[in-house]
Amino acid sequence: MNKEPMKVTGSEAVILSLLEEGVEIIFGYPGGAIMPIYDALYDYDKKITHILTRHEQGAAHAAEGYAKITGKAGVCFATSGPGATNLITGIADAMIDSIPMVCITGQVASPLLGTDAFQESDVIGISMPVTKWNYQITTPEEIPNAIAQAFYIAQSGRPGPVLLDITKDAQFGELEFNYKKCKKIRSYVHETPVDPFKVKEAAELIDKAKKPMLLFGQGVIISNAEEELKNFIDKTGIPAAWTLLGLSALPTSHPLNVGMLGMHGNYGPNVKTNEADLIIAVGMRFDDRVTGKVSAYARDAKVIHLDIDHAEINKIIKADVAIIGDAKKSLKMLTDNCKNNEHKKWLSEFNKAYDTEFEKVIDKDINPTKSGLTMGEVISKVSEQTKNEAILVTDVGQHQMVAARYFKFNHSKSLVTSGGLGTMGYGLPASMGAQLAAPDRTVVAVIGDGGFQMTIQELGTIAQNKLPIKIVLLNNNFLGMVRQWQQLFFEKRYSFTELVNPDFLMIAKGFGINGQKVTSREDLDTAVKEMVEFDGPYLLEVVVEKEDNVFPMVPSGASVSHILLEP
Amino acid sequence: MKQEYNITVFSENHIGLLARITIVFTRRKINIESLTVSESAIAGVYKFTIVIKVNEDQVKKVVAQIEKIVDVLKAFYHTNQELIYQEIALYKVPTEALYDSDQIENIVRNSGARILEITREFTVIEKTGHKDETQALFEQLNQFKVMQFIRSGRVALTRDPIERLSEFLKERDAFLNSMD
Repeated sequence: MNKEPMKVTGSEAVILSLLEEGVEIIFGYPGGAIMPIYDALYDYDKKITHILTRHEQGAAHAAEGYAKITGKAGVCFATSGPGATNLITGIADAMIDSIPMVCITGQVASPLLGTDAFQESDVIGISMPVTKWNYQITTPEEIPNAIAQAFYIAQSGRPGPVLLDITKDAQFGELEFNYKKCKKIRSYVHETPVDPFKVKEAAELIDKAKKPMLLFGQGVIISNAEEELKNFIDKTGIPAAWTLLGLSALPTSHPLNVGMLGMHGNYGPNVKTNEADLIIAVGMRFDDRVTGKVSAYARDAKVIHLDIDHAEINKIIKADVAIIGDAKKSLKMLTDNCKNNEHKKWLSEFNKAYDTEFEKVIDKDINPTKSGLTMGEVISKVSEQTKNEAILVTDVGQHQMVAARYFKFNHSKSLVTSGGLGTMGYGLPASMGAQLAAPDRTVVAVIGDGGFQMTIQELGTIAQNKLPIKIVLLNNNFLGMVRQWQQLFFEKRYSFTELVNPDFLMIAKGFGINGQKVTSREDLDTAVKEMVEFDGPYLLEVVVEKEDNVFPMVPSGASVSHILLEP
Repeated sequence: MKQEYNITVFSENHIGLLARITIVFTRRKINIESLTVSESAIAGVYKFTIVIKVNEDQVKKVVAQIEKIVDVLKAFYHTNQELIYQEIALYKVPTEALYDSDQIENIVRNSGARILEITREFTVIEKTGHKDETQALFEQLNQFKVMQFIRSGRVALTRDPIERLSEFLKERDAFLNSMD
């Protein structure tokens, strides 16, 4: 949009640029070097919401949660030095999970750069390995353009975090404001047209495959290709399994949805990977948690890899056919080129594998008869009582794997979890972003007692903004996943994994947040119901069995064929 | 099999881009054997020539990662055989050594080196060539005690008859316009 240029300060230009990009919410924390921008923000409180988190890491994770649900870049503000370094964990998380994010940090005035000035840190240098792009602004004139580029880069192609570091003198200085959205950058081709010959080649492999299997990841969600994915499998009859970040792209109830891949995924999809004659990987990157031992992965299968990022092709698993481009377009072309087909017998093998897993693992997890509560039954209950309609946010660890396994989804873009980086402390702040992105949906944050205490201060943000998040705290007084590994692989040497925890309900109460604690099975149902129906934020602490393990499990470094159903 | 690969990167001229590129190597614990950066034939476009010792699988992945960097226009890799390349070396020897015999003169003549500057105290000799050649000259001159020695990073050209960059940029502009 071209408007009459007007004279504004750099700080005001920052806010005006964000408005031009359609930004509605900023997560942030003020401080010395970003004060001019906060001062400009003060005049725009009707047009843009600012959420004051209790720590910059919380702002970064909240922005991630917001981005995951909306598909738009999450925006955060932080001051120079410690403010900026506190963002880094969230930025690294967004980088490895391809989350669009625009971080704006204040910086000391440009004449002070490199002088070890108060709260000066080399944020450009520090953030370089964990950003898709970053840029330091030292003059006010650069601001509109840099922000336009930042949004363009963050949100296009394979999305990712970008960081703009703005010196204080650039914030104070004046410029003629004139905003133009960025439409292209010569050195940056974020998407190439899908090669129809590759599609034909792939379709031939698909049509003649006897045991084909589709693996879908977050790429499907990012490119809004859920419908195209469904059309493709419905037409070809190919069983589809998901990576952790692909979860919710296909409804849980879809007959061709065969479950989760990877270390704590389902039995069928893991072992069948090594029986399949064709693997079609869509928007996923063959993470080591998915592949197990790479040299023993999908050995009998041809591989078709669909990804927008050419650097992912052949990075881990050699592709026989690579289709580079947007998943939505690629899947549609692929569907058009494939014949109608079904694979009843092959699909029934997945169902058989599920029955085995149900008997050995799932039934015991969700319908336990032992006295202690299991994480599985809690998750299952919460999913049921929210009618599979909720947004699920998790932290990292055992509860995350159990939640991914047993929570059910009717809608895409309903899972917010830290995949690649495995960031403990992610869940609580990310749930704030998710709730703000979807104020009318129920947001359930499932968190362990370890991760909860890493960012527990965000209860303050939740209370201040009256975010009606339903926090399900699964408390086993342990860093459960580490303890599980210690039990299985380190001869039960429980080195520093046991926690003496505070009274979580009292802490919540201190923040003005209601809740209750459940220690026995007969109280669970009512407690979950009360939580779901409660108007406002709620903490449901469930004391679960201390030493429970997540199974199945592909031990680290083992082949997916060697997935264990029990210790 | 590990061997020398020459990575050529064409980029926009942005502060910090060199760090972004070297991070790709550092993160994978790959040592950079040589690095040269300068403006290319096209104003504003910079050319990096980076030499690393890796296997082909590694160099492919590294190049793909470099090409992903927003400010990078294009990256290629070549083996030594596919390129014409040179390095430049400067040697400072005591001028006295030239008085004593004609050995240095012969070495300079035979190695295709040249003398850049002679002062009372020292003489500066320049040689361009591959590393083994500039190294061999160093060994020879060091009989007379080389006072200082410096070797540049590598510069390289492909055996293509023309620089493909301008065509590439034209194609890129056309492609970006077609995406609108």
